Amino acid sequence: MAPKLSIQNASFGYNGNDLVWKDINIDVQERDCLCMLGPNGSGKTTLLNCINGTFPLRSGCITINGKDIKSYSIVELARTIGIVFQEHSAPFPYSSLEVVRMGRTPYLGMFETPSRQDTELAYGIMKDLGIAHLASKSYTHISGGERQMVLIARTLCQEPEIILFDEPTSHLDFKNQAMVLRTIKKLSQNGMTIVMTSHFPNHVWKIGTHVAMLGFNGMVAQGRVDAVMTEEYLTETYSVDVKIFEAGSETAKTRYCEPAFE
Amino acid sequence: MLLFPISLMIISLFLGRYVIPPAQVLQILANKFLGLNFEPTWTNTAETAILQVRLPRAVMAALIGGGLSMSGASFQGMFQNPLVSPFILGVSAGASFGAAVGLVLELPALGVQGLAFIFGIIAVGMAYFLAHIYKTTPILMLVLSGMVVSAFFQALLSLIKFVADDEEKLPAITFWLMGSLGSIEVKDLSIAILPISLSMIILYLLRWKLNVLSMGDRESRSLGINNELMKAIIIVATTVITAIAVAFSGIIGWVGQVIPHFCRMIVGPDHRVLIPATLLVGAGYLILIDNFCRLLTANEIPLGILTAMVGAPVFAYLLRKTKGGWN
Repeated sequence: MAPKLSIQNASFGYNGNDLVWKDINIDVQERDCLCMLGPNGSGKTTLLNCINGTFPLRSGCITINGKDIKSYSIVELARTIGIVFQEHSAPFPYSSLEVVRMGRTPYLGMFETPSRQDTELAYGIMKDLGIAHLASKSYTHISGGERQMVLIARTLCQEPEIILFDEPTSHLDFKNQAMVLRTIKKLSQNGMTIVMTSHFPNHVWKIGTHVAMLGFNGMVAQGRVDAVMTEEYLTETYSVDVKIFEAGSETAKTRYCEPAFE
Repeated sequence: MLLFPISLMIISLFLGRYVIPPAQVLQILANKFLGLNFEPTWTNTAETAILQVRLPRAVMAALIGGGLSMSGASFQGMFQNPLVSPFILGVSAGASFGAAVGLVLELPALGVQGLAFIFGIIAVGMAYFLAHIYKTTPILMLVLSGMVVSAFFQALLSLIKFVADDEEKLPAITFWLMGSLGSIEVKDLSIAILPISLSMIILYLLRWKLNVLSMGDRESRSLGINNELMKAIIIVATTVITAIAVAFSGIIGWVGQVIPHFCRMIVGPDHRVLIPATLLVGAGYLILIDNFCRLLTANEIPLGILTAMVGAPVFAYLLRKTKGGWN
């Protein structure tokens, strides 16, 4: 079966500049949750922006359901891929429900405004995510974690087939990290195809099915989490010694890793 | 809210230096618009004052006040900044230069208006294409290129003022720049009403998209918005409104940024409500101010002076009250 999302021999560089990365090949099957690790500046976010069609590749191609994304219109892409960006603040204090409802945009005509059904759908999604109490609160006055949840709700409102997350847990405290990760995991278990970047390798064990490690010289390793999350690969990816530890009982084993400080 | 501009418009028909009894005003209007046949107990001058002067002037004030406010609200949404004025892309600077050229060349009124309109459009066009990089027009680039183009046309305007004859033409230019609705006639209205209304309808129809657009290019694109197309449509619609407004009335500042700001405090940030609210409040506001211009002193005060004298302190108050934060 054709992969849900396929990146083939992809290279990218910003207008006329050196390539950020080249010859990237990734296949993401339906229901996969692919986590992308890599140091700052390795181009993880850039890759997400290429997948959602914002930046055109220098060479190679990206296909979704076997079809090149270049042949998708902006609207078709928005119906297929949702993206939750790293951090976002709005200049105007829209209500959170309003922001979630914006997820209906790709289904509305040029001059259309959301209908009652759109509003009900948006509210229903907020309820499912446990954030219905935020509906009437202003988007600019809620916490970073709540804003992240609102953006996830907005993305679900797009009814996409794939969701991209750009470092969804950065800037969040433990409780909010847990809330966001739990939500992503639930989406993944419910069959959503997910690609996310992260600076926290520990989160990969929590929610990832697959992992891709992007270094400065291209892909270091990729594959199933158990096969690829090794000290060797992590050390190579981050250019710092990384140690993996295990804790917990035999039946509920938790793994975590740490960089060497000395 | 709808009553605000309409009642003001009607009230302004009764007001003026030339005193006409209210009953006569009503009869003149009834004869004209309701097809009634009251025996004319009034002079021709009275009828002209109502139908040819006060009415078109009030309607034009409504069109321009509503238009500038709607344009301001649309730009504030598009630029994701509640401080933006509808003149940010240089339309007023370009139009001022065009009008000054027209006045120096002693063109008839329509020629001056035409040149003002054309140079207003040219200035915005220049700003737009200057801001165009890598097939996109980033907001920051638009703001900066608008500043550059404005500065350029202001320099040209100064040059024209410098060489203009200071007995007649320089005062005419200076006076024109202050903004006034004093010379509005029915034929001006017949030119302005269609393009302004059309542009207003477009902005009104796009009001929900303005919400999405105001979340930023990155977000709105991921939600399926063709940012470039949307920006182009909004810029064209607002520029048609502002260029016509400036061409007929000169520079009327502090309406297009204060009214949207004010309305946002009352009806909230949702453009679906905000856009129609700015239209109505802006229309009523300019009729009101224009009435003060007509009536306060024997010689009319230029409109642009009063809108700034009222607008700037109000804006200062809003700034203090919201402490610079609009959230």
